[in-house]
Amino acid sequence: MSAVTDVVRMFRKSGSAVFGLALVVVLGAAALLAPLLAPHDPDTIDTARRLIRPLTVGHPLGTDEFGRDLLSRLLYGARTSLVVGLAATALAAALGSVCGLLAGFIGRWVDQLVMRSIDTLMAFPYFLLAIAIIATLGPGLVNGMVAVAIVNIPFYGRIVRATVLAVKQTEYVEAARALGVSELRLSLTHVLRNCLAPLIVAVTLNVGGMITALAGLSFLGLGVQPPTSDWGSMLSSSRQYMNVAPHVAALPGLAIFMAVLGFNLLGDGLRDALDPRLR
Amino acid sequence: MAAVGGHGLQGYVARRILLALPVLVGVSLLVFGVMRLAPGDPAAIMLGAQATAEDVARLRRDLGLDRPVAVQYLQWMGRVLQGDLGRSIPLGREVLPEVLLRFKATVLLTSGALLIAVAMGLAAGIVSATRQYSWLDKLSMAIAVTGVSLPVFWTGIMLILVFALSLRWFPSAGMVSPYGGGGGADLLWHLALPAVTLGTASAAAVARLTRSSVLEIIRQDYVRAARAKGLTERAVIARHVLKNALNPILTVVGVQVGYLLGGAILTETVFSWPGLGSMMVRAIQARDYPLVQGGVLLIATTFVLVNLIVDLLYAVFDPRIRYE
Repeated sequence: MSAVTDVVRMFRKSGSAVFGLALVVVLGAAALLAPLLAPHDPDTIDTARRLIRPLTVGHPLGTDEFGRDLLSRLLYGARTSLVVGLAATALAAALGSVCGLLAGFIGRWVDQLVMRSIDTLMAFPYFLLAIAIIATLGPGLVNGMVAVAIVNIPFYGRIVRATVLAVKQTEYVEAARALGVSELRLSLTHVLRNCLAPLIVAVTLNVGGMITALAGLSFLGLGVQPPTSDWGSMLSSSRQYMNVAPHVAALPGLAIFMAVLGFNLLGDGLRDALDPRLR
Repeated sequence: MAAVGGHGLQGYVARRILLALPVLVGVSLLVFGVMRLAPGDPAAIMLGAQATAEDVARLRRDLGLDRPVAVQYLQWMGRVLQGDLGRSIPLGREVLPEVLLRFKATVLLTSGALLIAVAMGLAAGIVSATRQYSWLDKLSMAIAVTGVSLPVFWTGIMLILVFALSLRWFPSAGMVSPYGGGGGADLLWHLALPAVTLGTASAAAVARLTRSSVLEIIRQDYVRAARAKGLTERAVIARHVLKNALNPILTVVGVQVGYLLGGAILTETVFSWPGLGSMMVRAIQARDYPLVQGGVLLIATTFVLVNLIVDLLYAVFDPRIRYE
């Protein structure tokens, strides 16, 4: 597989891609191992120990306004933020790919319908559309995920449609068709396979934006609802105390920033290796 | 030839405006759907748990919920075109004056942020591209990738912590000072932190794209020719490189307006900025559908118009586009 060698070569050359991968791996491991790594239960309230500063014995990152251990909350928050971000990305990529595949492969009125719908979705400022969908569905974690996934359908739909249109023109697809390969098999084997590299790049570049958007919804109180918490909702509740305990506001945001930076650097590196046209 | 060129531009403008119309219809359908697609009876949700059955029935009639959906849409659209966006029940006021008042604040914030994004992004991108692989290039691109990854609501909180709460250089919230405020200087003083917060990520995106499009053009033969005939580097960049790099940069600026209008929702909430975004967040929680619809419609229409202007500017800068 030349693609794999390309990726390995890129990682040897690019320090920032390796750094991005390391950030993603560390945060992913922290989320997976949260029950083992967390020094306390993330939801245990201890009002006697409210807003403790970081680097205190027993609470390495301090405590929040209810005396809950901040490190433990960040570790468990990573689970929510990362899982929801990845799930929303997967949903958007799946829906977008189906739209792009239908539009590119069937063409004619299906193409018109899909592309005009995509134009309409893109007529809305990115975050505003998510807000409008939340206004309809009501606030909540799952609704938030659906909302940001819908917002990102055009991104994937256009990539897949463009690839399909390009691949349809190639001689090997023509040859396969001449050999009597069915349209369905053709789209699944030849066409979808060629979409894989651009899709992998797109997904990696998109995860960061998804995590930010979902944290943003939670920050506004429209995403995750209590008692569940993610990094966005932790940041939101810390605002009233940031005068006395700035670390409670600084740390969840730092976690979001590191996750997003990790995926962005990784995505930039993968794009340079797999899809040089986009460079 | 000049007359033909002018005709080409006019034809292009007309075609582009016609293309914007179906998009605006699509936008109106989606905004209409905000209330109609909500699970449950919108009238009952809007009035809350204490409402009587008669009240709900009366509101259903007032909103036209008892008619077929297509009729509802046409009636709603007819009222919107006449400037009637309905009434906000929690506020007890007409929606239109309320959203227009707040729209001014949102436009002010977004324009300030756009100014920062374009100025900083263009400067950083050009410097990076003209000194490719220098330490300055590496530094500004490292700052740019950091900037793209910063969540706007966190940047805002951190700026408040440092520049408002610790240093006390800027106010932490609002648009005018409670006492003796209201002048232009007072407004700019309040605008500084929110505009920097909102503009940072966009500045980074503009910088990255400016760098790559300038780099692409710098390698063209006509740039080598311009250098060969003895133009100074400054003149080569200004006259030959930037002019040709303008369209891709314009594209990204258009896209960034969308991000800024969306990001304004978060920025306004962080800084208690009295714009449409902070209003809509409260309206969603209060299930105030007409107010949400008014806000979404106004911002989305603005964005469609901005994209239209960007497309028209393409044709001004690049005459080839008029004939496509």
